[in-house]
Amino acid sequence: MDLSYGPQYSQFRDEVREFLSTHQHQQPPSKSDQRSEAVLDWQRLLIEHGYHSRTIPRDYGGFGAEPDIIKSRIIAEEFSAARVSTGLGGQGISMLVPVLLEMGTQEQKQQFVSATIHGEMVWCQGYSEPGAGSDLASLTTKAVLDGDEWVINGQKIWTSTAQIADWIFCLVRTEPDAPKHQGISFLLFEMNTPGIEIRPLVDMTGNANFNEVFFTDVRVPKHQIVGERGQGWMVANAILGHERGSLAPPDAARSRLNGVIQLMQSETINGEKLIDNPVFLDRLMKLQGRVLAMQYHDMRLLSARINKNQDVKLASMIVKLIGTELRHELEGFAIDVMGEMGLAYEDNPYVRSGGSWQYSYMYYLGLIIGGGTSQIQKNIIAERGLGMPKEPKVGAR
Amino acid sequence: MEFGLSEQQILLQDSVHRYLTEQVPLDRVRRIASGDEQDSGVWAELTELGIPALLIPEPLGGVGLGLLDAVVVAEVLGRHVAPCPFSTTAVMAALVLLDAGMEDELAAIATGELRIGIAFNEAIGARADAGIKTDGDTLSGKCLFALDGDADSYLVATGDRSIYLVSADTSGVTRNNLTTVDKTRSTCELLFENAQAGKVSGDPHVFERALDAGRLMQAADTLGAAQAMLDQAVDYSLQREQFNRVIGSFQAVKHLCADMAANLEPCRSLVWYAGHAMDAVPEEASLLACHAKAHLAEVGQAVAKTATEVHGGMGFTDLLGLHYWFKRIGANRQLLGSPERVREQAARVQGLI
Ligand SMILES: Cc1cc2nc3c(=O)[nH]c(=O)nc-3n(C[C@H](O)[C@H](O)[C@H](O)COP(=O)(O)OP(=O)(O)OC[C@H]3O[C@@H](n4cnc5c(N)ncnc54)[C@H](O)[C@@H]3O)c2cc1C
Repeated sequence: MDLSYGPQYSQFRDEVREFLSTHQHQQPPSKSDQRSEAVLDWQRLLIEHGYHSRTIPRDYGGFGAEPDIIKSRIIAEEFSAARVSTGLGGQGISMLVPVLLEMGTQEQKQQFVSATIHGEMVWCQGYSEPGAGSDLASLTTKAVLDGDEWVINGQKIWTSTAQIADWIFCLVRTEPDAPKHQGISFLLFEMNTPGIEIRPLVDMTGNANFNEVFFTDVRVPKHQIVGERGQGWMVANAILGHERGSLAPPDAARSRLNGVIQLMQSETINGEKLIDNPVFLDRLMKLQGRVLAMQYHDMRLLSARINKNQDVKLASMIVKLIGTELRHELEGFAIDVMGEMGLAYEDNPYVRSGGSWQYSYMYYLGLIIGGGTSQIQKNIIAERGLGMPKEPKVGAR
Repeated sequence: MEFGLSEQQILLQDSVHRYLTEQVPLDRVRRIASGDEQDSGVWAELTELGIPALLIPEPLGGVGLGLLDAVVVAEVLGRHVAPCPFSTTAVMAALVLLDAGMEDELAAIATGELRIGIAFNEAIGARADAGIKTDGDTLSGKCLFALDGDADSYLVATGDRSIYLVSADTSGVTRNNLTTVDKTRSTCELLFENAQAGKVSGDPHVFERALDAGRLMQAADTLGAAQAMLDQAVDYSLQREQFNRVIGSFQAVKHLCADMAANLEPCRSLVWYAGHAMDAVPEEASLLACHAKAHLAEVGQAVAKTATEVHGGMGFTDLLGLHYWFKRIGANRQLLGSPERVREQAARVQGLI
């Protein structure tokens, strides 16, 4: 066990700290619009210094550094300790860009990567359909080639940020006669293309972050496909891998746990500090044990990326399941300790932490479902992790 | 940066695993559990692998390793429900004696000649019908649930967390074995009547460190035992057929197994880190030992139940012997502090109460 990053990294850490202390004041105010100048300037500054898009080649607008897992980790640690914004995220940056870098054509990388990481091009992910959720490969939105254009008809649902996106990466059926996993293609197109209709869906938090998206004879240039015709499933799975790991980072769980502790130390009920209630304290300690376990689990996974001899196949598969479930419970616990005060939401003058406990309690239920439900995660763990038989294909096409 | 076991630790684990697989199969565990054989044979054999000597410095005939190494050993012992006094003699007692500089006793532990039980209960969870009084170097009173009913001597903690060493055959000491569900390791009550003892430590930190280490060993033991139960459940589910298919193809059964694996996997990192903290991060050691003990108690209990269920009626029988793991996990949960009490201490060590 060697948890030091080594002396060669202490200079790098100093550089990050130096950057933070000189530029911290330039970060955009929280809740800024993601298209505001302040956000875009900050994003540009981060990339210039190698604190965002660090390993993306300079040709595509990134910083062009050699991959170094520990340096990336140090950046994350220092930004988090200083509570400074790490810049833009979202499906374009975290999911599409890695895939383009791996499988996109030269032109696609040139056209999309730089604009996306700089926040000038916002994306949404068009996978799920009313009839294709967990069983994504049964999707039916179809694209037919007509001369030099794909003609798309069908419907997507649960499409997050479609209402603000410039572009969509979208799974469509292009080979209706092929087996279902081999008939899908991965297309990229603009959201202002004629024939696209977006209808917002309000979710349980009260926000309208996801949408229904309808396609009627949407015409898309033929070359806007990633990978070959019929390879879309493979491309999509590469992205899902990127998505799952990042849904419930353990550091965030730790800082939320510290937030609950502060809450319990400052709030009283009947004159008793919440932290002095032994039942709540026991629940808190139970959660702390689980948060710590996930935090060290994360270190183990990090270590395995550096030391290739460590086997973490099963260990990696459990992160989405346990991480999102734990976070949901943690947020719910904070509501429990507050009692009726925990119900306060939106404009309620007694609301605590801006209503974030209720919001996140619901939001993380969304993440338990999105990106592959907990049940689907368990199927994956059992089948690929423990070697148990696959689900029988009852009535499959 | 490397978070995980070193090559040397993996070798250690493999060598103990190989020995136990070959020499201490379930049949032998059964014989020992039913009293037909003593566990001293196993301890003598483990001496050849250096296990009692693990934490003892090399000049005293020891191996000079640390608590993460001990975690690795405890995990394998749990996996095999091995009957032996590892966490007591080789870990808790060794730590106390090291601090007291008692070289002769340490050397005797290393050679397997001296076996020291742990009678800490009166300083952890004192009972109304027990309690120990001291008068100079003599002890009177009663200690319940002392760990290891076959030890040569005991380290006895009093209410103020002082520790005394007393030989089991000194006059004024009576030992009665206390049967528990876990027959792979024994517990006893010790009755003292002006029994001659030697004070080993008056420093509460020595007591706390030994207790932390003991709790951590139980966590590691449970980790190994729970992993063994999960492995057996998966294996069984792939053999047993009902409704013309292996039961492991039923999603209900798959999800039971996935739940066990998903909850157990992060436990490994928690237990490893707790061992590392005891060796190298003293300010975090106590908190981590408490959390490891309590968290493994919870996950272990769930795995013990679930893995038994996956085996159906067979899981409930004596025939299969799965219950040895179930009971071992149950004992690790209660001994040296039940999870609620240990979590209370976790809150205390970080100043929350
Ligand atoms: C907050 C949020 C954001 C999202 N954002 C996007 C987005 O941007 N783009 C996008 O394309 N999609 C998005 N989704 C959709 C998401 O991927 C799907 O909701 C998810 O895959 C589940 O599909 P479904 O809703 O159709 O549920 P269903 O598949 O109908 O599942 C219903 C229930 O059946 C269970 N179930 C289904 N199949 C099995 C099985 N084989 N074994 C056991 N149980 C099963 C499920 O676990 C679940 O409990 C988002 C979802 C949420 C909640």
